[in-house]
Amino acid sequence: MIDVNRRGEVWVFGEQHNGRLEDTPIELMSKARRLADKLGVKLAAAVLGNGVDELAARLIQYGADRVYVAEHPLLGTYQTNSYAKVMCDLIGKYKPQIVLYGATITGRDLAPRIASAMKAGLTADCTDLEIGDHKGQDGQVHKNLLFQIRPAFCGNIIATIINFDRWPQMATVREGVMPCPEPNVKRRGEIVAEKVQLAQQDLPLEILAEHKRAKKVNLKTARVIVAGGAGVGNKDNFKLIWDLANCLGAAPAATRAAVDLGFIDSDHQVGQTGTTVRPVLYIAVGISGAIQHQAGMSGSQKIVAINNDPEAPIFQIAHYKIVGDLNDVVPRMIKAIKTVARGS
Amino acid sequence: MAYNCVVLIKQVPDTKRITGDAMNEDGTVNRAALPAIFNPEDLNALELAVQIKDKFGGKVTVITMGLPAAASVLRDSLFRGADDAILITDLRCAASDTLATSYILSCAVRKVDYDIVLCGRQAIDGDTAQVGPQLAEKLGIPQITYVEELTELDGKTITARRNIRAGWQQVKTSLPVLLTVTGDANEPRVAAAKKMMRYKKARTPIEVEQKIKAENAESNETEIKELVRHKCSELEEKGLLIKQWDLDFLGADLTWCGRSGSPTKVHRIQSVVLAAKESKNIEPSGKGIADMIHELIEDKTIS
Repeated sequence: MIDVNRRGEVWVFGEQHNGRLEDTPIELMSKARRLADKLGVKLAAAVLGNGVDELAARLIQYGADRVYVAEHPLLGTYQTNSYAKVMCDLIGKYKPQIVLYGATITGRDLAPRIASAMKAGLTADCTDLEIGDHKGQDGQVHKNLLFQIRPAFCGNIIATIINFDRWPQMATVREGVMPCPEPNVKRRGEIVAEKVQLAQQDLPLEILAEHKRAKKVNLKTARVIVAGGAGVGNKDNFKLIWDLANCLGAAPAATRAAVDLGFIDSDHQVGQTGTTVRPVLYIAVGISGAIQHQAGMSGSQKIVAINNDPEAPIFQIAHYKIVGDLNDVVPRMIKAIKTVARGS
Repeated sequence: MAYNCVVLIKQVPDTKRITGDAMNEDGTVNRAALPAIFNPEDLNALELAVQIKDKFGGKVTVITMGLPAAASVLRDSLFRGADDAILITDLRCAASDTLATSYILSCAVRKVDYDIVLCGRQAIDGDTAQVGPQLAEKLGIPQITYVEELTELDGKTITARRNIRAGWQQVKTSLPVLLTVTGDANEPRVAAAKKMMRYKKARTPIEVEQKIKAENAESNETEIKELVRHKCSELEEKGLLIKQWDLDFLGADLTWCGRSGSPTKVHRIQSVVLAAKESKNIEPSGKGIADMIHELIEDKTIS
């Protein structure tokens, strides 16, 4: 752990694989920028890898004032131990007050290892971050702490977690909950090249093979999403979801229940264990609206819900409520859209 | 060669069954209103350990930290093929965050002979997935997270396949290692009737004490102590005593346990009330729907 360091920077872990920056560090930038501005400190990113110096300029365009670049041939492929060692060295050297990671497979593998080695706090899977004051049980007020806000108990409660003494304050942040900022190509910042000390023993794993398939759909960037739930009934009937999505140029999506029933591939899953989305329009078809599903889509600007059960929880968050049989309603929607398209 | 496996398990409230009744007025969760279950992915970790034992030999030890009631998931583990069960229970463990929990568990795991430590990927009450990696760091051993398949065990080398969301990764390392196991790794076996018969009477010392106290309300403390000691040694002889360890036995540094060992603290808890600011009821008729579509086009929601 490091001591409370009010002048410390706000850091974002610049996760990259094969020289390609992940979405999460970019998503984190706009929020981290606001936190740093509020605290009156610099926003920095840490990038680890081999041949990744080009990424530093991009992180500056997205809002970083400074980027620490740790390059080493042994950092070419992510491994828990080597990356944790380098991050711990950097944190020990610069003493940032906040370090943020994407709650990706890599972020959730790495951050706890660092937190344990540093004996520092870590909050998992945050959906929001703020700066605020905390009054301790002893009455002492701790000013300007990182509020680490996350759902708990399957999304039934929202917990705000703080760490007032054993810094840095660290959190992993759920993918997709923060919108990507636009890059500003004119932004200037400082790039700091770090010397890295690593030996073979820091790499206990041998990566034998890796297979990454492209996701079948990119829900995070979809402007309109049409999602189906268990209420759609069966896989054949799920064609209605595809049809409606197609005529709107929308991305087809589903609840976990619909995925588990085999209606559609899990790449399409929205919700706590799927993708978090924030489209302009979300059309929920035959979705009851379990809290776990709502956790992944309640940030949508407009929600249309179609369900034959007027008591379905989805109606509590819907802007347009259609109580009716989806087998009647969806074809009518398709027809209405096609009529308009022909008319214009 | 044979492998000794240690499986870390947790008894959790069944968060999938949360209803309005389970929420207190102040927005906190009334854990007592929820059934306590075996954390689902810990069952996958246990299954993998028992499969290793079945194939290569060795011993499966199950450890949990929790209230005395957590003994029920230890018994369940014995029904499903574990050989030894350990309950870490101590009031000074209360309010431990993931860091303090991993420290306490590391003290316990060090007391056991192990080649492979297995955890579920995450627990459904917190979904943090942090304790596994933190424990691996405390033990100073490599970790393989998100394991969906144990590909090979050969001498001191392990090969496993990780689920990296849209894809997989095959990794190899030397033992000892810590694995976090996903729900896709296997289909956990059900309790075996024979083992249930054998282990249904397995008890922790604290359960023995509670029962004896209830049955001997008249007895004084010394008599109770003697009865408990006698019953425990009787159970131990039959291999039915679930070990019960406290922080003193673990030799844990109390600075790193419980509240003082936990850097993260709760600032605030709110219950979730999501509601749309403005909402409209739309008739499911052709006209109702057409009007809605027009409105969505007019305000440029649909382009």
